[in-house]
Amino acid sequence: MRLLKVTGVGTTLLLLAGCEDSLSTLHPGGPAADAIATIWWVMLVASCLIFALVMALLALSFRRSGGEGGGEKVWLAGLGLAFPMAVLAALLVYGLVIGERLIPREGADVVTVGAEGRQWEWRFTYADLPGLVTQRVLHIPAGTPVDVQITSADVIHSFWVPRLAGKLDAIPGHVNVLRIEAWEPGEFEGLSAEYSGPGYLDHRFTVIAHDPQGWADFLQGAAE
Amino acid sequence: MNALHRHRILTRIWSSDSGWKGYFTTVNHTDLGRMFMVTSVFFFIVAGILAMLIRAQLATPRSAFLGPEVYAQVFTMHGTIMMFLFAIPLIEGAAIYLLPKMLGARDLAFPRLTAFGYWCYVFGGAMLLFSMLAGIAPDSGWFLYPPLSSKLGNPGINSDFWLLGITFVEISAISAAVEITVSILRYRAPGMALDKMPILAWYLLVVALMILTGFPPLILGSVLLELERAFGWPFFQVAEGGDTLLWQHLFWLFGHPEVYIIFLPAAGVISTVLPVLARTTLMGYGWIVAAVVALGVLSFGIWVHHMFATGIPHMALAFFSAASTLVAVPTAIQIFAWIGTLWKGRPQLKLPMLWIIAFFATFVIGGLTGVMVAVVPFNWQVHDTHFVVAHLHYVLVGGFVFPFLAGLYYWLPHLTGRTRFFKLGETAFWLVFTGFHVTFMAMHWVGLMGFRRRTYTYDEGQGWELINLISSIGGFITAIGFGLVVIDIIVNALVAVRGRRNPWLAGTLEWAMPLPAPVYNFASIPGVQSRDPLYDTPDLANRIARGEGYLGTPRDGQRETLVVAVASGQPEQVAIYPGNTPLPVIMASVTGLAFLGMLLKAYWLVPLAVLGVAALAVRWVWSLGNSTDQGLRDVGHGLSLPLASATAHPPGWWGSVFLLVANTTFFGCLLFGYAFLWTIAPNWPPPAYLEPGLIGPLLGLIGICLAPTGAYLSEKLLRKGKSLLPGVALAVLGGLAAAAAAILSMRAAADPQGHAYDAIVWVMAGYVLLHVTLATGMSVYVAARSAAGYVAPDRYGELRIAKLWTDYAAVVTLIGLSVLYLPGAFP
Repeated sequence: MRLLKVTGVGTTLLLLAGCEDSLSTLHPGGPAADAIATIWWVMLVASCLIFALVMALLALSFRRSGGEGGGEKVWLAGLGLAFPMAVLAALLVYGLVIGERLIPREGADVVTVGAEGRQWEWRFTYADLPGLVTQRVLHIPAGTPVDVQITSADVIHSFWVPRLAGKLDAIPGHVNVLRIEAWEPGEFEGLSAEYSGPGYLDHRFTVIAHDPQGWADFLQGAAE
Repeated sequence: MNALHRHRILTRIWSSDSGWKGYFTTVNHTDLGRMFMVTSVFFFIVAGILAMLIRAQLATPRSAFLGPEVYAQVFTMHGTIMMFLFAIPLIEGAAIYLLPKMLGARDLAFPRLTAFGYWCYVFGGAMLLFSMLAGIAPDSGWFLYPPLSSKLGNPGINSDFWLLGITFVEISAISAAVEITVSILRYRAPGMALDKMPILAWYLLVVALMILTGFPPLILGSVLLELERAFGWPFFQVAEGGDTLLWQHLFWLFGHPEVYIIFLPAAGVISTVLPVLARTTLMGYGWIVAAVVALGVLSFGIWVHHMFATGIPHMALAFFSAASTLVAVPTAIQIFAWIGTLWKGRPQLKLPMLWIIAFFATFVIGGLTGVMVAVVPFNWQVHDTHFVVAHLHYVLVGGFVFPFLAGLYYWLPHLTGRTRFFKLGETAFWLVFTGFHVTFMAMHWVGLMGFRRRTYTYDEGQGWELINLISSIGGFITAIGFGLVVIDIIVNALVAVRGRRNPWLAGTLEWAMPLPAPVYNFASIPGVQSRDPLYDTPDLANRIARGEGYLGTPRDGQRETLVVAVASGQPEQVAIYPGNTPLPVIMASVTGLAFLGMLLKAYWLVPLAVLGVAALAVRWVWSLGNSTDQGLRDVGHGLSLPLASATAHPPGWWGSVFLLVANTTFFGCLLFGYAFLWTIAPNWPPPAYLEPGLIGPLLGLIGICLAPTGAYLSEKLLRKGKSLLPGVALAVLGGLAAAAAAILSMRAAADPQGHAYDAIVWVMAGYVLLHVTLATGMSVYVAARSAAGYVAPDRYGELRIAKLWTDYAAVVTLIGLSVLYLPGAFP
């Protein structure tokens, strides 16, 4: 699998040499995005094989001179029923296992932050420092799971840091919790990913992941 | 009578009015099918131009061509027009044109309803076109999520155009679905049992039933959102007890079945065309019918996969993820049945086959990416990116447009009576096919690289520039290709050489007629023994023309066809159709006034228009039936049958049954909405529940007991030859009591603007009131018909229809009032 990913990423880089990919889901910066990127590469390869199989069967039908080419048993019970059932069952289990792993779970070291979307900015709060609000920038510790409690002050938005995890909607009156984690300290670009009106394009934010010292400094500095 | 003589008489009976007037008074399915299809292609071109605006804007980063406001209208209208004004009407048009011809009938079950649906479609579509030309088109995305689409995000009139225009258009979808269902079940050639129907009829039957159960949630959602926008009833406003997620559930309860409503007719075209062009028969007819039914059922279980990113509980996610992947199985069965059919036969690479190959190559990719987005974690990443845009275009263009182009070229000789002469179609094919993949293949990548959909532009430096430029070039190639298709069709329709009958050597009945199709379809209606009657009897067309089938002798200038038993296809009745009339277009216009009144906030116009519709409806149904007994009618082959209007279950009863299927779904969705807000919306319980008191429940109970008893008694009295007035009086009394109960509960929940609960009470009570009024009106109508001699001891079908609606009204009164009373009665 690692090899598959390396070749995949390699091709991407070749194709798009020199491009920045700060929003790419295929350039993961944390475990959730990484797991999902792996799912993508697996599904891409499997899909290519299935597509090739179907196209080959289709092409062969035109090259034959006609007559009986396998009965209903082969085409319908075999290829139509059993084959997709097997593939889909495997995929489903794989997807569910990964999905299970991405669920926010209780843990001693989990940091909790709040994200409230509005037209058109994000406001972030911190359970470790009640009262602190940052706008357009979310600070998190690197290497630590962070639960983001997402909600909205007006219309529906969606909280998305492509390099860290999938997106989750910000819905007025509801709080959704998304688990994100960055492997390394650094900056990660975030987007709102649900159309919200004319200001949608620039409805963005930045996630800054700090090393332990930086995180302590941030909380300390903000408290003063 | 020789064949020519018969042809002349039948043509005179069935022809539309001549000149431009004919367009407005025609009720003929051939005319209306063509009008539906041409209008939908017009909307396809409009939406295609919008697509080109999108691609022009996105071709380069930071383009100044369109601003965010205009771009929002463009992408919203592109999706809206393609879905509601192109795809669904094209399907309806094709079904309306083809079904009677394939089934061996002379028209659909309710010709005036076909015309009414068409005009509702035209007027509703015109409203949306107008909004676009005036620059005030809907602009919150084709799925119109509140609060953005409600007053908070959209104080102008934009969303109202969508909600009212689309609901107006939906009337045509529901009409067509009722029409198609009854026609397939009852209006077939003698001997055509269900398992001998052309496979397309099975697809369309399932699709029509899906429309009847899939569209009501959307209609309910639109009604609720329009009520919120017009009167401030807060169904989707969280502060007042509403919840925006309710809209998403209602919308996708419609929206996902919609995808299959669009795909299945196209699959039906493939199942029809592919075996003919492979010179064989379809592999696994029974398997395919089962797969189609399974798809129809499963598609209602997967709407939540459009909402994976809304914070749905994880167990539910697992269930919907499983259901969403499972839906690939019946699709796979069809794909391999088709390929197996090709292996079984000797496929020919004619133009329709090229489009079918394009379908395979495109749709399989769309299906595979569809399975990908059904995997929840992956969905979280690509949701609302261009990956999804690419996926849905692969599914809809690959799974709908390409098969329909195959169908268009296949049935073109049927529509025009000409053989294709100019070969622009092949060039057009290659342009569209390559152009499409150039546009959308690489779009998957930009989505994965974080390019969100619905952003009007983008910055350089993310690696999106090249892919977007390629996409835009591909888009323009595709557009040129589609332009060539249109030119090809027009040229071949107007000037190509006359063709011969049955050019593809197909086996189904629509080819057993002279081309282009005569207005009456079949000079006489053939008996059918198999799925491919033309393979059994190669000279069937001549036999039909010679009058060797049923109803070969035109009578009294009446438009006649046969009605058969649902399962066996045994002939049971003779249906007599109404002739040309402007009533449908007038009715649609008056209906339009109600929508216009809502749109322009001229609310006084709405009740006036409703009264107008009611008056026209009475006029509409009054013209049916007979005031004297007609006895049995000789249909040929020694068979004499009663008139359909004189039976216990006339066509109108069947139509009512399926209309009530849609209506029940609507009511069920309303109950779902009530329960959803109750359990999920944050600001519940409401300040106060409705206090039922004693009078309301008592009146309701009286209504529930009296009205159905009255209807039952009416039938008993009438069939004994006595006056039915005591029964009608009882039914009316019951109706009035139930109506009073409904009005009382509205008065008890005085503030529909204050909390979503009160608003729901008003809608629920309003629904009860509407149905009680309708049923009571029907009872009065039946009394009048009885006085005029149209309802008599041997002709009581209309009474049965009124009884059906009265029973339905009693059930909704019982359920509707109970759910309103119970919380207050047991606090």
